Amino acid sequence: MEDTRKTVLRTQHLGITFGGLKAVSDFNIEIKEGELVGLIGPNGAGKTTVFNLLTGVYKPTEGAIFLYDEKISGKKSHQVVQAGIARTFQNIRLFHQMTVIENVLVAFTKDVKYGLFSAIFRTPAFWKTEKELHEKAMELLKIFSLDDKADVVASNLPYGEQRKLEIARALATNMKVLLLDEPAAGMNPTETADLLKCIKVIREKFKVAILLIEHDMSLVMNVCERIQVISFGQTIAAGLPEEIANNQQVIEAYLGK
Amino acid sequence: MKKENTAFRYLINLVAIIILMVVFVVLSFHSNNTLKLKVAPAVWQCCYLIIMAASLNLVLGYLGQLSLGHCGFMAVGAYTSALISLALQRAGFYTEKNSIQFAITLIISIVAAAVVAALIGVIVGIPALRLKGDYLAIITLGFGMIIVNLINNIPFCGQQGLAEGAASSALYANGLGFTNDEKQSFMWVGVLIVVLCMTTMVMFVRSKFGRVIRAIRDNEIATSATGNDISYYKILTFVFSAFFAGIAGALYSCANVSLATTSFAFTNGSILNSVFIVVTVVVGGMGSMTGSVIAAIGMFLLNYTIKNGSWVNALPEFLKNVFTYPMLVYSIALVIVILFRPKGIMGDKELSLFDIPGYPKRIASYFKNKKAAKEV
Repeated sequence: MEDTRKTVLRTQHLGITFGGLKAVSDFNIEIKEGELVGLIGPNGAGKTTVFNLLTGVYKPTEGAIFLYDEKISGKKSHQVVQAGIARTFQNIRLFHQMTVIENVLVAFTKDVKYGLFSAIFRTPAFWKTEKELHEKAMELLKIFSLDDKADVVASNLPYGEQRKLEIARALATNMKVLLLDEPAAGMNPTETADLLKCIKVIREKFKVAILLIEHDMSLVMNVCERIQVISFGQTIAAGLPEEIANNQQVIEAYLGK
Repeated sequence: MKKENTAFRYLINLVAIIILMVVFVVLSFHSNNTLKLKVAPAVWQCCYLIIMAASLNLVLGYLGQLSLGHCGFMAVGAYTSALISLALQRAGFYTEKNSIQFAITLIISIVAAAVVAALIGVIVGIPALRLKGDYLAIITLGFGMIIVNLINNIPFCGQQGLAEGAASSALYANGLGFTNDEKQSFMWVGVLIVVLCMTTMVMFVRSKFGRVIRAIRDNEIATSATGNDISYYKILTFVFSAFFAGIAGALYSCANVSLATTSFAFTNGSILNSVFIVVTVVVGGMGSMTGSVIAAIGMFLLNYTIKNGSWVNALPEFLKNVFTYPMLVYSIALVIVILFRPKGIMGDKELSLFDIPGYPKRIASYFKNKKAAKEV
């Protein structure tokens, strides 16, 4: 079956060297619209480094990244987000002293049209934008059933909901590709099941492409359409979940010979 | 967000501001010696201390960056306004202070002070805000010292002001400097400026700008991962804060007949120096505008009673000795505040007129909880 969906994110021979260490080399991935691709590999394989490259935290020393046909490698982190790649973090990075709704509103900032003048003199434009944003934020929170906790300070949320809020915040940037860095890390089975549901909802509602790093194999095998495996910065396998599960090289990378 | 409720809150606050202004306008035209000699100078001092604390709070409390050179911006503002007013006076633009010409001079000087301080803020902010934490603190500390030395060595800032060739740490003549009479009759102007500045800062904080800078304080990486340019917001806030420090400087030159750069140093024996402003913000609560106001007034009153209170003489000998070192008293006060309110008097909450009716209840429940905690 030939896939007719357009490619959203594409990398070409992406690589980065820290001093003499080749953290990632010759990394090629193609993600199509609405697709969910898993990125797995043993600890220290370079998965998070790939994320940092894709989001502009690190500048690649070789290769290039394209979002549709726009080259985004070399852009600054916030410009990459504005172009349409949003991410969550392995260790949760919320604005912990701010309320849940404020966390989401910060991600809406780039859509805010009013300037300093309107903010200080409280022009009608200010009220209108703020009202719209609040409504948008509440809608988004509703999808994650966080709407009744909108005014709770983020650090007071339970762990699973903090993860969800981080995903909601990433979605608020109105991106095309969502990068999830170990969303199920540290979660109990119920929370993981909840997360799974959440990911399905995101895919239905937002039609975004998702790249997922995860160690929880049941989750990966369950949701991913395709999986790419890296080890020591090298891609060792790529394909459908069943293929990966039976791939000799992958099993060796995880368990040793 | 309930719109009607918001409108009602704005209305109540507006009424409160009007009442405050009416009180001060009445006080300004009431002839009374205590008012003239004690209250008016105190109000002027409070005015610039409040603006200083609140504007530093933008950087320290909301943006989360430690700036130790805030008084440098105030010095820029003070000298700019003093020199401009002095120049206008020498040019014969105004002769007495109860005239329209003087009002114009005052406005020009304040605006110029704010703008020049903001420009210096841009120049300092762009390189400095690439650093964070201790490094930023050291850079701003250096800036505060450099600016004082620069002013000391610019000839026209010297002894006579505008007169070439006599550089010194003092600018003795100051066009804006009010006498006690004028301090009283212009008292309402000072309060009005404070109200305007505070309103502007609160509006800034309660908009997308405030949201983003608090996000930067909480997590810089996540802020840029939500598509916000952190350097832009950092510099904007720094400049915004410098702008108000400049206004505070202009008020300072209104409240003093002569200027000396030692008043704006990193640390000195008085209540106005960069470190003390930082302490005021911490005591008031980082991230609370009303906290800054309360702390600024509180710190001033503490200073005032120590320096002028006859009650100090009534203390036993060993305690009196303590009070001859005001800094010691501040330190003790600071330790007490940090012990009982680790996040400052207000924490990151704001004091709202709407909360006041609920306070007796909250205080009661606070003690009840404490008692319950003890019993357990």
